[in-house]
Formats: sequence, C-alpha cells, structure tokens
Amino acid sequence: MSNPLVDMEKPDVIFAIGTNMTECHPVAALRLKKAIQRGAKMIVADPRRIPLAEMAHLYLPIRVGSDVALISAMCHVIVRDGLQDHDYIASRTRESEALFEHLEKCTPEWAAEICQVPAADIEQAARWYGAADRGAIYYTLGITEHVCGVDNVQSLSNLALLTGNLGKEGAGLNPMRGQNNVQGSGDAGGVPANFPGFQSVTDPANQEKFEKLYGKKVDLEKGITKITALNRAGEQIRAMLIDGENTVVSDADRKHGEAQLRKLDHLVVIDLFLTETAEMADVVLPATAWGETDGSQVNTERRVQRLRAAVPPQGQAKPDWWIISQIAKRCGIPGFEFTSAADVFNELCSLSPIYAGLDWDLIERGEYQWPVPHKGHPGTPVLHQGEFKNGRGIFKVIDYRPPAETVSASFPVWLTTGRRLQAYHTRTQTGRTAGIEYLLAEELLEIHPDDMREWKLQDGDTVNMSSSRGSVEVKVKASAKSPRGTVFCSFSFNEVPVNFLIGGGFDPVTETAEFKVCPVRIERTAAPARS
Amino acid sequence: MPPHMTAIEASPTLLTMTLDGEEVSFTRGETIYEVSRRHAKDVPTLCYDPRLDPFGGCRMCVVEVEGVRNPVASCTTKATPGMVVRTHTDALEGHRKTLLEMVVSENRQVDVDPLRGYASQELTQLVDRYEARTGRFRGKKSGTSKTGDPNPFILRDYEQCISCYRCVRVCAEQEGDYAISVANRGFATQITTEFDGLLKESTCTFCGQCVQTCPTGALADRKSLRAEALPGPITETRTVCTYCGVGCAVDLMTKGEKLVGVRPAMDGPANEGALCIKGQFAYDFVQHPDRLKTPLVRDASGELVPASWDEALDRAAAGFVKANAEHGRHSVYAISSGRAPTEASYTLQKFIRAGFASNHVDNCSRG
Ligand code: SF4
Ligand code: SF4
Ligand code: FES
Repeated sequence: MSNPLVDMEKPDVIFAIGTNMTECHPVAALRLKKAIQRGAKMIVADPRRIPLAEMAHLYLPIRVGSDVALISAMCHVIVRDGLQDHDYIASRTRESEALFEHLEKCTPEWAAEICQVPAADIEQAARWYGAADRGAIYYTLGITEHVCGVDNVQSLSNLALLTGNLGKEGAGLNPMRGQNNVQGSGDAGGVPANFPGFQSVTDPANQEKFEKLYGKKVDLEKGITKITALNRAGEQIRAMLIDGENTVVSDADRKHGEAQLRKLDHLVVIDLFLTETAEMADVVLPATAWGETDGSQVNTERRVQRLRAAVPPQGQAKPDWWIISQIAKRCGIPGFEFTSAADVFNELCSLSPIYAGLDWDLIERGEYQWPVPHKGHPGTPVLHQGEFKNGRGIFKVIDYRPPAETVSASFPVWLTTGRRLQAYHTRTQTGRTAGIEYLLAEELLEIHPDDMREWKLQDGDTVNMSSSRGSVEVKVKASAKSPRGTVFCSFSFNEVPVNFLIGGGFDPVTETAEFKVCPVRIERTAAPARS
Repeated sequence: MPPHMTAIEASPTLLTMTLDGEEVSFTRGETIYEVSRRHAKDVPTLCYDPRLDPFGGCRMCVVEVEGVRNPVASCTTKATPGMVVRTHTDALEGHRKTLLEMVVSENRQVDVDPLRGYASQELTQLVDRYEARTGRFRGKKSGTSKTGDPNPFILRDYEQCISCYRCVRVCAEQEGDYAISVANRGFATQITTEFDGLLKESTCTFCGQCVQTCPTGALADRKSLRAEALPGPITETRTVCTYCGVGCAVDLMTKGEKLVGVRPAMDGPANEGALCIKGQFAYDFVQHPDRLKTPLVRDASGELVPASWDEALDRAAAGFVKANAEHGRHSVYAISSGRAPTEASYTLQKFIRAGFASNHVDNCSRG
C-alpha cells in the first residue's frame, strides 16, 4: 500500500475495485466503515454484489475482466471535464500527452458496452473520484489475477497520477496483500527479478554488491517464474524445494500442476502438514508453526512486526530458516552459520536499503514501516511524498484486452473464484480449526436466483461444472451476490478443486493466472427428483 | 501558527484544570476521565471502552466538579479550563461501593474464569477493590441466558450481564455489523439479536469483539473455555495474526505448553484491538494431531516413511547437488512462502543465489 492503514479512515472518496475486503481483510474494512460514517463516499466496482457493494454509494457491477475499460473511461471523463490536477501532472509526471490522446476514444459509452454498466454511472464515479480532495484506491486479487493484471494496476496508477492522489495523506494506490507475509517474502528477495530489498538482479551495481556479499558469481539474468518453472519440470528443472505452499491445490490448472511435479527427479517440501503437494515429495520436512516460531512478518502497509513463539514445537518440527540453512550447509554452500531468526533478519537488514535503518531489536514494537533508509529514520508511512523513487510518475497507455477465454456456446457461463471469510486458502489451517465447520461446512457454488430458476436448480442440487481443462462436482446455492450469467466459488475446499478448471491464460509479465475469469458449462449430475 | 488560530488553541499546554488539588494540563476535547487516567487517578469504570464513543451508562466513573451540584460522569464530561475536580472523596467512594453492591446482588457469579475474555475480570476486580461482595440487594436478575446458542465460539451467559451495552456498541461502532441490540428496559433489559434468534442467523461475523469488551464474562470465549480445567496460570505472548496481510497484533494465551486462546492487542498498530474470526478463533491448527512430527523420506517401495533429521536433510541436499552436477545450476528451483516468516524467504533465496548462482526462486502467486 502506498498509504498506511490508518489513512483508510481519512479519504473523501473511496474507490474499491476487485476487493472483497469485508471477507478477505476484515479489520481493514472496519476503517473504511469509519470513513463512511464520517461522510466519505464509496464507489465499488466488482462483478459480484459483495458486502462492500451494499455499503457503497455507487456500485458498478462490471463484467469480469473489464476493469481496464472502466478505469480508462473514468480517466477520459476526468480529462474531458478538466478535473485533473494540472500542477501535479506538470511537476511530478511524464508522458501525459500520449495518455490524453489515447483517452480520447475511451468514452463512457464505449466502456459501458464492455463493462455492462450504464455510462452515466461511469461518469458519476469519475466525477466523484476526480473531484475528491483525498481520493483513495483499494484493490486486491480481483485486479491482479487476470491476463491483464499488470494493465489493470497501471490503469489505476494513471487514475491516481491524473488526480494527484499519490503521495498524499488519506489517498493513494493501495493493494491489499492477501497472505500474512507475502510482502515480507518479496522484501527478502523470494522473487526471480530482485535481490533482497527489491534490488534488481539485472543492475550491474547490485550484481557486484551481491557477488561480494555472497562470495559467489551471481546470475546476470532474471530467474523464471514459478509457472514457467513448473512448465519446464522434467526438462530444464529437475529438483525443487517448496516451502510451505500447497502448490497443487492453490495453483491454476491443477491436473497440469500435478503432472509436472511428478516429472521432477527430486522434490523437497517443507510444511506443517502432509498437504497434497507434500504427498508427492521425496523428502518432507516438518516446520514449526505460527505460535512456535520467532521471526518477522511484514504487513500490507509495509509494517515490519515481530512474531514470537508461545508454545514448544510439535514433535521434531524446526524453523524454516534452520531447515533451509541445514540443506544449504549439506550442499556445501557457505554463509549459513545462522543461530537464530535474529541473525537472519540482521543479515537481511545489512544488505537491503529499505531495511537499512532496522535491526532485530528495533522491530520489537512494530512501529516501523519501510523504507527505513538509515538508523534514526522514523520509517515511511506514506510513499512518494514530494518525489517518486525514480523521479517522475510515468503515465502508461493501456489498451483494453478481453480475457484469455470468453464465454461461448459450449462454455456459456463466467466462473470467478475467490475467498470466504471463514476459510483461508487451501484450509490446511482453518480446516483444522474446531468450530469453523459450524459456519462453513462445504463449498457451495453461488448462482443468481433467476439463473437457478432458468437452469431448474434448487439449493443443494449437485452440478457438474466444466471448463476446457476439466470438470468438478459442486453443490449449488442461490445467491443475489452473483450477477446473472456469472457464478462464484472459492478455491478453499479440496473436495471442490476448482483450480482444475482454471488456467486459460496468464499475465504476460507476472505470469499470474487468470483465477478471476473462466468460462464454464454447468450441468445437473443426476435427473432432478422433481419435475 | 496559522493566523486563524488563537494562542490557546495553538498551545494546548495552556489549558489547565485542578485535579485532586493539583494543577494539570489537558488538550481540547479530552474528557475528565481521560485527563484523570493520564494522571494515574484510577477512576473506576464499567461501561467504558476507550475505543468506543462515551456512553455514560453505569455511573461508576462519577467525579465531583466544584460548582456543579451532582457528581458527573467523567467518561462523558469534557474538561474545561479552570475546572476543579475531585475523583476520590468519601461520598464518591461510598456511591461506587453501593453501585457495585447493587450490580453484584443482581448477578449470579462474581468470579469468572479469565479465559472468558480480555475484559472479563473488570467487574470482579472492582468488587474486590470496593469490598462489595455482599448479598444486600437480593434483587431480581436481569437478562435470560442464551447458553443454548450452539455456536462454537461465543458463549452467551446473560445471567452475568450488567447492561453496560459495551457489546452492542462495539458491534455497531467498531464493526459496523449491528448484529446485537438491546431489547426492553430496566430489569427486563436483554441483549439480543434480531428476532431473538441465534447469532449464526444474524449479521454476526463471529469476530469476537463483544466477548473481549464484556466486563463481566457474560459473553465468553467458548473455545478458550475448553481449557478451563487445565491447571496453571495463563501466559500471554505478543505476536501477529498468521492469516491475511492486515497484520493484526494478538496476544497468544497459553497454559503450560497448550495454546488456549487468542486476544486482540489493544495497542496493535494495524488493528488497535480489532480482530476477525480467523485471527480470533482459527488457531487450533497449531497443536492439531495432523501436524507433521518427524521428517519423512520416500523409501524403496515408494512410501513416505519417518526418518531422522540427519537422514532426511542429507537426502534433501543430495538431490540438489546431483541435479546441479548433472543438469547445471538452472535445474534447481525454489518456491518461497508468503505464509512463513521473512527469515524463511531470505534463507531460501540465499540458498538459490549463493548456492547455484541462479535467480530461480519465486513465491506464491496468490499474493
Ligand atoms: S453482555 Fe457484557 S458487554 Fe454486553 S451489556 Fe452485558 S455485561 Fe455489557
Ligand atoms: S485478524 Fe483477520 S483481519 Fe486481522 S490479520 Fe488476521 S485475518 Fe487479517
Ligand atoms: S464508565 Fe462512565 S458512566 Fe460508565
């Protein structure tokens, strides 16, 4: 997030797009509720009538995958009506001319057809956001898990830059991180393109720095993504170490994923449980769980906080850093003499510019938000104040592209997937919690009541849902949250492995799968018991 | 100083009042209670929760203000310059004791297990402080027990309820859920859901905030109470929720080696005392019997069988060394976790970068 969580109570206009915040980030959503009580206006764009939509002053039920069209049309209206921040554009951005020219054809009428919402509503959204003193944008995977995920984010960035909402208190461009420490994992360099601290692996200065630090020649090229690596399993990729991720259930196109993992010569999995992925491994190593482990964790507002052990490990479980260090040592790799999580964290601080002002003792109370460039620096709750890291904010010309697969005669219904309040990911944890089944016993496919009627379905009926990749059986439930022609289910239940169906396309830059859009066909499994 | 501000507004230190004979400063908008608290006056409260709008229902926090005939509720009265306030006179203490005796006489049980909730000991502590454990007012009891609500998270034991409305207020003001409300008045007062039904059928999200603010244990953490019979003191350890990216700070409650519950950290920077159902209640996985207890390796017949750490780590390492030797440095790949601590990802990427001169590392895509 460009801005801190406390800022969520401060905007005049909230634009929430592709985020089911009350279910996925419930405590952050409380702050939006406070902003609304204070008088803020909220615009929600989401294909599903999620709880946030019920709280909105303007709800745009856009067709799945049509975000770029909506955002471009909002930019069009802002420029047409002169609501842009001229000073900000002149002093802090580049390449506005190209964008303005491109925006001319992105009229609300054009977008209305693609998004399937009234042009007047798009105009209204644009005028509210454009006129706001503090306009804040919030988004989640509803924006990124598309073939055009990067385009979606860049369109939102255009919108925020156009209106001077980046680098301002109570405003900003705010992705909400889904997993507890996906931010920390990226910060630490667990990505193919960056050394720790988002230092590009292709920058010669960084290469030299890490060659010295790690005492080893470094790779001059970016690594491949996880998706590509899986595709190359058994060919280029022969051995894989997977830490704490149930790749098999959580990734797109599950059949393909399983088949690929089987092609590896060597698979090592570190996890708490014998997950579906761990069951395929040659070696499974038991890690300590949350509550048994000391360490650090970084939240969505870049706040670095301490994790503390409260109970002893189960059985012989060991901390992840210990396990990985032991493997490294036994491979003969130097530099793994760590004796505690503090050792590891302090090494990370020593070579990451955004953590340079931190150490293990300083994060004791969790008051720092990175970047903390030097000791004594108070941290940076609001990013981009005064200046962008690379000078100026750059506008990008983005064309709308349809999803990789669109509905057709054989797959006439849109499936979109996501999470539920009471379940987390593949339920390896919430599924093992007493009481959760009282609220969420099984996965139910949500279908609009009129579609239920038209397709002659009743609550609890079982259907066969198929895409070009496979099919699953799932029980159905009428829900006005789903728009007509679009159905929803979560990916949390192994009994309903929807990820077998998904995987029609990937974002060309991030290779994130299009989890949010998949054309499917829905058929009753058995003849109905009634006429 | 901006021109429209007066000297007093711009320098709050100039605002002063007299508190128990001492001149103290305050900032505009502070209540008498907040000023007293900053000066460690220990004014007792029951219906007060610093996160909620002042309510003024219980009258425990009353103080004397010179020139005002009746004592005023300090939690709802704003401090004003020159005000002279007394917080602990004999009359006030007598009033507080009587109030507590009335409350106690209405209540079945003063001593409740601290596992019930964060604030569950507030009434007990006040009763002890004011030696108010008498049976003087053998009055009627208010509220009807809803212990029949089978939800596994929140025990609704309204026999203990003192109608402070903290639960109702936290649900409305903090959560914006409005799942519970107050029905009737006086002795018939009752905390209820719409149509007097089960919480599951209301808009309740089971965030547990009502449990944590209840000063009597009338609303209680049913999951924690599973450990009521376990011996030993409760220890608290500060950590951060393991589910989503909000990063709510929590205190883990343990008895011996058993994890028995989670409390929201009222001073948590991201959550300021709030939690959702996952952070509040979804912790059983930690000590679940399904946890892996030993390393496993695949044996000759293809089965995963328990192994020693030494054996398993050697097997793990050998496979990477072999791949590297036979197929080159780019044949090894690692996937780091967005769920594990940062130290896990750091060591994993170093393993790949320093070990194989490669950038073949990625984390989960479901950011
Ligand atoms: S249930 Fe607890 S918090 Fe709610 S009114 Fe009664 S005593 Fe107060
Ligand atoms: S308590 Fe809920 S909102 Fe807070 S970090 Fe945990 S899952 Fe997220
Ligand atoms: S605490 Fe002030 S009236 Fe209850």
